[in-house]
Amino acid sequence: MDAPLIETQGLHKDYPLGDHVVHALRGVSVTIAAGEMVAVMGPSGSGKSTFMTILGCLDTPTAGRYLLEDRDVSGLGDDDLSEIRSRRIGFVFQQFNLLPRITAQANVEMPLLYGDVSSRERRERAQRKLEVVGLQGRAAHRPAQLSGGEQQRVAIARALVNDPILLLADEPTGNLDTRTSDEIMAVVQALHRTGLSIVLVTHEPDIAQYAQRILSFRDGMLVGDEAVRDRRQARAA
Amino acid sequence: MKISATVQMAAAALRTNRLRTALTALGVIIGVGAVVTMMAIGAGAQARVAEQIRSLGSNLIIVLSGSITSGGVRLGSGSLLTITEDDARAIQRDVRSVEAAAPTIRGGVQVVFGNSNWSTALQGVTPEYFQAREWGPVSGRLIIPDDVDAASKVVVLGQTVSENLFGGTDPLDQTVRIKAVPFTVVGVLARKGQSTRGEDQDDTLLIPLSTAKKKVLGVSQANARSVGSILVKVTAPDRMAEAEALIRDLLRERHHLQPREEDDFAIRNLSEVLASQEAASRVLSLLLAAVAAVSLVVGGIGIMNIMLVSVTERTREIGLRRAIGARRRDILNQFLIEAVFVSLAGGLIGIAVGIVGSYVIGLVFQWSVLVSWAAVLPAFLFAAAVGVFFGYYPARKASRLKPIEALRYE
Repeated sequence: MDAPLIETQGLHKDYPLGDHVVHALRGVSVTIAAGEMVAVMGPSGSGKSTFMTILGCLDTPTAGRYLLEDRDVSGLGDDDLSEIRSRRIGFVFQQFNLLPRITAQANVEMPLLYGDVSSRERRERAQRKLEVVGLQGRAAHRPAQLSGGEQQRVAIARALVNDPILLLADEPTGNLDTRTSDEIMAVVQALHRTGLSIVLVTHEPDIAQYAQRILSFRDGMLVGDEAVRDRRQARAA
Repeated sequence: MKISATVQMAAAALRTNRLRTALTALGVIIGVGAVVTMMAIGAGAQARVAEQIRSLGSNLIIVLSGSITSGGVRLGSGSLLTITEDDARAIQRDVRSVEAAAPTIRGGVQVVFGNSNWSTALQGVTPEYFQAREWGPVSGRLIIPDDVDAASKVVVLGQTVSENLFGGTDPLDQTVRIKAVPFTVVGVLARKGQSTRGEDQDDTLLIPLSTAKKKVLGVSQANARSVGSILVKVTAPDRMAEAEALIRDLLRERHHLQPREEDDFAIRNLSEVLASQEAASRVLSLLLAAVAAVSLVVGGIGIMNIMLVSVTERTREIGLRRAIGARRRDILNQFLIEAVFVSLAGGLIGIAVGIVGSYVIGLVFQWSVLVSWAAVLPAFLFAAAVGVFFGYYPARKASRLKPIEALRYE
């Protein structure tokens, strides 16, 4: 078995909400190996998004430990977490979250602005990642000039531009039709084949079937952890 | 993150909303423009007062005749001229800090040349007068001791009189009639300009004191040696108070005044009057600049307002930037630089507007204006400080947003 990329031990997350406290996570322990492709499922309010937030170092757990590459990141400060997000993790969102007034190329370059990368290298790296997602001809287009699927591919290229070890995708196909969803999942599976570890949050069972393993959440707890037997393979786009 | 990249990003963000950026900058433009203009007007007024001080002559004390009063009863209505040429001589001789003491009498006269005439102020003076007022001729000569001794019928013209009687022609050696008495023009004085009270100092005729008394203005019946005033020039500004006290003591003694009697003369320190005017104009210019500075602060509040709106509008963008690795500091810098960018650009344009505005106002209202770096530079730095001060709060607010909440903001 590969060395664990992610190991959580009894993760708890509480949110104050008015007078009472919401227990979003109540003791989640899970291990994800490097190179795995995992889907996280569960109804809304099950804690799957909170789990994803903590895996992405966008928030810290109230209690419990989170080891990323054997390093305990659950107690790190804001700047260190920013550093990890910048170097190790790529995010893909349901809403794409592209900046509307700049080109696809500039959107992909953006994460490099927060590192020490020369403008020429930024341009070259962004172009390479746009090729990986098959958008080399669209670099100069603005998000509004691209289709939903193309926008999500730009977002994936942006997530890849710092060569992360972990890609976190939060409902990446939630805003796309079935055919386009299939295309996006083809891109994601292709990335997985290059060795990238992927955690995918979804509430669609069809999409979860693209993964190797499904974690099921309910009421803040991990209630299922199964390997996918009939794994779907996306048609090459 | 590199500052150059942050600046590029700020510029790009400001470009995407040009109208809003322009309107935000407009507040600063108006503020800085107003500060520069008001300071230019204030500095112009101060320069004008300083010019008037120079034209009057520095370190001047004027001793004026008063009426003789004793115990509340005014005595001797025919003897209003209480000071004399001998008082002037005594002041010059006995008060060490006095450089020159010039006895003068004044009167209104009509002067005629050919078929043109002009009503003006005539002054009977001695050569000390020109020394006291630091006043020289542009052509010809001044009144010399021989003129006074001989009571010569010679006259020195002020520029205004010269222009009105002679137009462009040379007045030297021409004969003019003052109260039907013929005088020879021996000199024309340099231009002095307006006095502090707005009087035209060049609208005057100067003749020897003795001639004025005997031939033109007449003599006081009580005392043939009396004069209307004595102009005293003191050697140095810091000796003015001392000279004033010594002159008062000397005149009281010469006029045989008892300790309880009031002075029968008055002493005016002209430099002091002007100094207080200068102080007043300085206060006024500070006040103007302060009012203008208030408008700059209002401009700053405009920046803050727009930046707060911008932070709210771009909450998701902030969340995204945080998710892809921006630190709090990067977000803070981004918004702070946007604010400073607006205020600096507004400051530069405001300086240009202020300089142009100053000259336009100077031309339209015929005011003297003076734009100086000493006014422009602080206005610019103040604008930058306004940008930092009012940009900091919104920028800090942006940097404190929790990334995950910002990402989910609708």
